Amino acid sequence: MSADVELDHMTIRFGEFTAVKDANLKIEDGEFFSFLGPSGCGKTTILRAISGFLEPTEGEVRIGGKNMKGIGPNKRPTALIFQNLALFPLMSVADNIAFGLEVRGVGKAERRKRADELLDLIALGDQGNKKVSELSGGQKQRVAIARALAVEPAVLLLDEPLSALDLKLRQHMRTELRAIQQRVGITFIYITHDQGEALTMSDRIAVMSQGIIQQVGTGTEVYENSQTAFVASFVGENNPFHGKVVGTEGSDALVDTAFGRLRGRNVRGMQPGQSAMLFVRPESMSFANGDAENVIESQVLHSEFEGSFFSVFLRGEGAKDIVMSMTNSGDLPQYQEGESARVAFKAERALVLPVGDVADE
Amino acid sequence: MRDFFQRNGAVISTYLLLAVFFWVVMMIVLPQAYMLNFSFRHDLLPNQIGGPKDVYTLSNYEYLLFGRPGDEELFNYLHLTVFLRTIIASIFVTLLDFALCYPIAYYIAQVAKGGYARSMILLLILPFWVNEILRAFAFRILFGTSGVINAFLQTMGILDEPIDFLRADVALYAGLSYAYILLMVFPLYNAIESLDHNQVEAARDLGSPWWRIHWRVVMPHAKPGIASGCTLVFMLSAGALAAPQILGGPSSLWFTQIIYQWFNTGGNWAQGSAYAIVLLLACLVFVLTVMKVFKVSLGEIAR
Amino acid sequence: MSSQGIQKLMVSFYILLFFLFLFAPLFMMGAAAFNDVEFPQVVPWEGFTLRWFPSLFEDDLMIEGFVNSIWIGIGVMALSVPIGLAAAIVMTQVHKRLQTVYYTVVVSPVLMPGVILGISTLVFWDKLGTFMEAEYESFYYSGMFLTIVGQSTFISAYTMLVFLARLQRFDRTQEEAALDLGATHVQVFWKVLIPFLRPAIFSAMGLAFLTSFENYNTTVFTIQAESTLTTVLAGKVRMGTQPDLAALAVLIIAVTLIGALAIEIAQRREQRREWAAKAAAAKAEREAEAIAAAAE
Repeated sequence: MSADVELDHMTIRFGEFTAVKDANLKIEDGEFFSFLGPSGCGKTTILRAISGFLEPTEGEVRIGGKNMKGIGPNKRPTALIFQNLALFPLMSVADNIAFGLEVRGVGKAERRKRADELLDLIALGDQGNKKVSELSGGQKQRVAIARALAVEPAVLLLDEPLSALDLKLRQHMRTELRAIQQRVGITFIYITHDQGEALTMSDRIAVMSQGIIQQVGTGTEVYENSQTAFVASFVGENNPFHGKVVGTEGSDALVDTAFGRLRGRNVRGMQPGQSAMLFVRPESMSFANGDAENVIESQVLHSEFEGSFFSVFLRGEGAKDIVMSMTNSGDLPQYQEGESARVAFKAERALVLPVGDVADE
Repeated sequence: MRDFFQRNGAVISTYLLLAVFFWVVMMIVLPQAYMLNFSFRHDLLPNQIGGPKDVYTLSNYEYLLFGRPGDEELFNYLHLTVFLRTIIASIFVTLLDFALCYPIAYYIAQVAKGGYARSMILLLILPFWVNEILRAFAFRILFGTSGVINAFLQTMGILDEPIDFLRADVALYAGLSYAYILLMVFPLYNAIESLDHNQVEAARDLGSPWWRIHWRVVMPHAKPGIASGCTLVFMLSAGALAAPQILGGPSSLWFTQIIYQWFNTGGNWAQGSAYAIVLLLACLVFVLTVMKVFKVSLGEIAR
Repeated sequence: MSSQGIQKLMVSFYILLFFLFLFAPLFMMGAAAFNDVEFPQVVPWEGFTLRWFPSLFEDDLMIEGFVNSIWIGIGVMALSVPIGLAAAIVMTQVHKRLQTVYYTVVVSPVLMPGVILGISTLVFWDKLGTFMEAEYESFYYSGMFLTIVGQSTFISAYTMLVFLARLQRFDRTQEEAALDLGATHVQVFWKVLIPFLRPAIFSAMGLAFLTSFENYNTTVFTIQAESTLTTVLAGKVRMGTQPDLAALAVLIIAVTLIGALAIEIAQRREQRREWAAKAAAAKAEREAEAIAAAAE
């Protein structure tokens, strides 16, 4: 069965509160797709609507082209990995994995065989008889994945499954998850607030804020070609400059800001007179030599050495600093506090976007 | 409702609703409502049903107040006295239990440590697994005219003649206090246990005398427990039947005994229902008073 | 002696008195069971005897009451455990605004004198029986049935409270996980919820049975022509007294002690099991770390 997942103008309300507003997208069969956003942005609500724990207030969810309205979670070709894993504490590891088969009436021997195969897949071959409470955090994680895979879902839904793990294990599990997905070849829909997870694992990402899907695209797309102020500020670090569009030149726009006239790519086709935000990533900035374009005259506040790179903080608009980062190539100059500095960036590395909410740091 | 069915599935939802309906409607609400209705009826023979006497009446309640119409006495002194005595004695038993249990509850909750406290709790519970009737019986052995206490006092030369503790109701009050003591200890213990011992230390540090620590720190904290314990003990004492039957003197009646008589020898269920309603009202008034005085909710009392 | 020493001594003395108050009556009764006199008394001591124990089993009335009590206890378990469970589950799902009203109604039987529950059950179900034209000789009109219903009215509230306490620790996502894996609602109930509640089910059953077994106030109204152990006992105690009652008490106390010890041991064993699992998890965690460290 083809297992593309479509959200067709889906809106979900809880009383007065709109949790998800007009979500509209298609996730391809076999894709690793992430919903990325801060907590409370509606991403978990979308996941629960796909898995069947919630019905959309408006619009529909389609899996493999079939409208899922009225189909309960136990009848959908999806399996969900819960944030807290929700393993059954009173069953052995193998019984946990075989639960989905048990409730489908699969015989005991067959169940045991499938459980053993999956235990091998997650490298816990000899631990099937253990109690869940005897496993480490990472092992529980893998058992949860195996339990979900046992029912051979067409779509695996993952609700921030790594958030409870420590950093090292989290990074290890990212690689492992991606490898498992490629091995089993089914659609993974992944929910996270951690952009590192989303960027490293996903084929495509939907960035969400306040119930609205802001942008859908590959990791590179959302990072390099952010379409809204929120995406630009939430995915990676970015320096915003507030101003007004004063003119357009080809695919660029000119914006008057507190630091003078700056030029960036007019990706949203803004017109002169409109308020805008111009975003430049820290790594796109450098010290200006000669008469480069997009020069910013500022003052060094302080600098931070972070090993492979080096960050310089400059006085920006209001309370917000401008951050510039440079790779450590071995010959970095030192900057003193209060020193005046001229920095610049290339127009093709800057984005001019409509004013909008930015993500909190 | 749709959410409820969606969440639990049709079969389980049906079970949940049927079970709760049966309990709430058939076992709690309707029987109480019917008893209330019944208390306003004449006691009828089957052939009188539907007849001229099958109407609402206050006569059952009037009987409690004034006795049989045409009696010499103005009021039904016998029953009213029993009623008042039941209430006052129950309040007395409640206060006695509180006074007895508070130090123990405080000691186990705040002073005793780990295993010791655990063993004490176990010891507290043990006597209450013994049947209520047998516990009352034990008090009969203790307080009877040939009982242990009389024998002891006589041997010591304090008494010449045995005291009839049963007739003097001493056995009854002691037995009631004993019967429901656990229901005072546990709410008190639970409430005091949740108090951070540092608060007591802090108060002591500030130079509070011990009684003030209890009055100002421990008791206010334990309010829900006190309310809960007092309510339970009062209710059970006022509603007790076994202990008064066994330990009450021949002349002393408990209000529940009169109710019992209406149902048994008296054979007037309607009259008995009216008396039961009066008892229920008295209990209700007590609970509401406690809730008001202690400013606690019903949820905190019945846990 | 310091004033603190005196205070400590007084506290100890009080505790001693308190427990004396709790246990002395029972000890006296226990002693009376072995005293060779026709009247239950400890003094004067006429010599040790065991004859009151066999005489217990010759009392047909008491045996009949005992058997009835067992059946009623089983009936009450069968009624109040499912009701309490359902009521507790509904409590966790009922709308916040309704919750207080619902709680007040279902907990009210606990706060009501037992005699009132007995009376209301008697008058209502008697009327209902007339209405439904139940046979006068049928089980419906036997005191047993009414007693089961009457006792269950408040015992269901006890079992509900037991289930509520356990349900508060239930992780609802387990139900969702099971559903998501394809289980039907009925399967979720039997395979996830019931196993989780198993300890509470046993506690509730035990509580229901024991409460029923020793109930008097409600039973005395609903039992009518039949009898239970408590009604027989009450009758005997009122009539005048025989030492075999003390013997019965000794038996009950012995059973109770054994039961209490068994529960205590079971609890400790359960705790040890939990500790073992925790230790194993910690070990697995350490191993995982070691493997991760080795991989780097």
